[in-house]
Amino acid sequence: MDWNALFPFGYAHYLGGGLIIGCGVALLFLTTGLIGGMSTVFSSTWSFVSRLPYFAQARFRDSRGWRLIYAAGLILGAALWWALGGGDAAYRVTIPWWQLAAGGFIAGFGARMSNGCTSGHGICGMASLQAPSLLAVLTFLATAIATAHLVLALGGR
Amino acid sequence: MKPLSWLMVLASGALFGFGLAWSTMIRPEVVLSFLRLQDFGLLLVLGGAVVVTFLAYRFGPRLLERPLLGTVFGRHPSVLDARTIGGAALFGIGWGISGVCPGPAIAGLGAGQWELLVSVAAMLAGAWVQGRVGGAS
Repeated sequence: MDWNALFPFGYAHYLGGGLIIGCGVALLFLTTGLIGGMSTVFSSTWSFVSRLPYFAQARFRDSRGWRLIYAAGLILGAALWWALGGGDAAYRVTIPWWQLAAGGFIAGFGARMSNGCTSGHGICGMASLQAPSLLAVLTFLATAIATAHLVLALGGR
Repeated sequence: MKPLSWLMVLASGALFGFGLAWSTMIRPEVVLSFLRLQDFGLLLVLGGAVVVTFLAYRFGPRLLERPLLGTVFGRHPSVLDARTIGGAALFGIGWGISGVCPGPAIAGLGAGQWELLVSVAAMLAGAWVQGRVGGAS
């Protein structure tokens, strides 16, 4: 098998990064018992300001504090990586803003409708061997792969 | 929660964010190159994270009566219905358009990728509309 074809930029940082992500979710669980998916923060944070009954649910109100701290930790961790010299100062996101906006809106809506994203279903759900999460992952991988090819064919980035 | 618990939540998020940055998952171009089947690194990231998390979820509750700083071990609630699968299908379409999912959208800001503020704002908007129109149940 030609590993260079599968991983043209190497594999160590992918595997190492994945293991560290797992350590974060594991630390959260072992110390606090909490399940560390990421998409819920996009709903729970609305409970601070929105009067919609949906956002007043206990599962959002009771978790909105730690979810925001968890999100702040995400920024802190990436900043630490940057401070340690992991980043490339010349790198800029090259995806057009309209792709970021349209993709973000649909992904935000879908993840909250599904009650999970790449971390909630992908990491937490699959790690607890939940069949619905595995099906969700296979579903979003399929639609994402098809969409990414379509965007390229239509002249997007 | 105890002050130490808040610190652990922050530290857990920091490990998560460091891993997302190191694995270059905060770069939408890298995620899109996986979705276009040009670089399969994302599967190593996901696989590595799932294995470590699986060990904690499986053996943590067997070795500990309760979380070190908490009262009860939680469980990821996932149900097999049209919302879970339909939502996942939509999520994938959005992810395929931008190459950005919720974790990297937030973590990327820590590495100065300000363009991702567009993603974060759009995800907040999408989550609000979902709560407005689809949150009846």
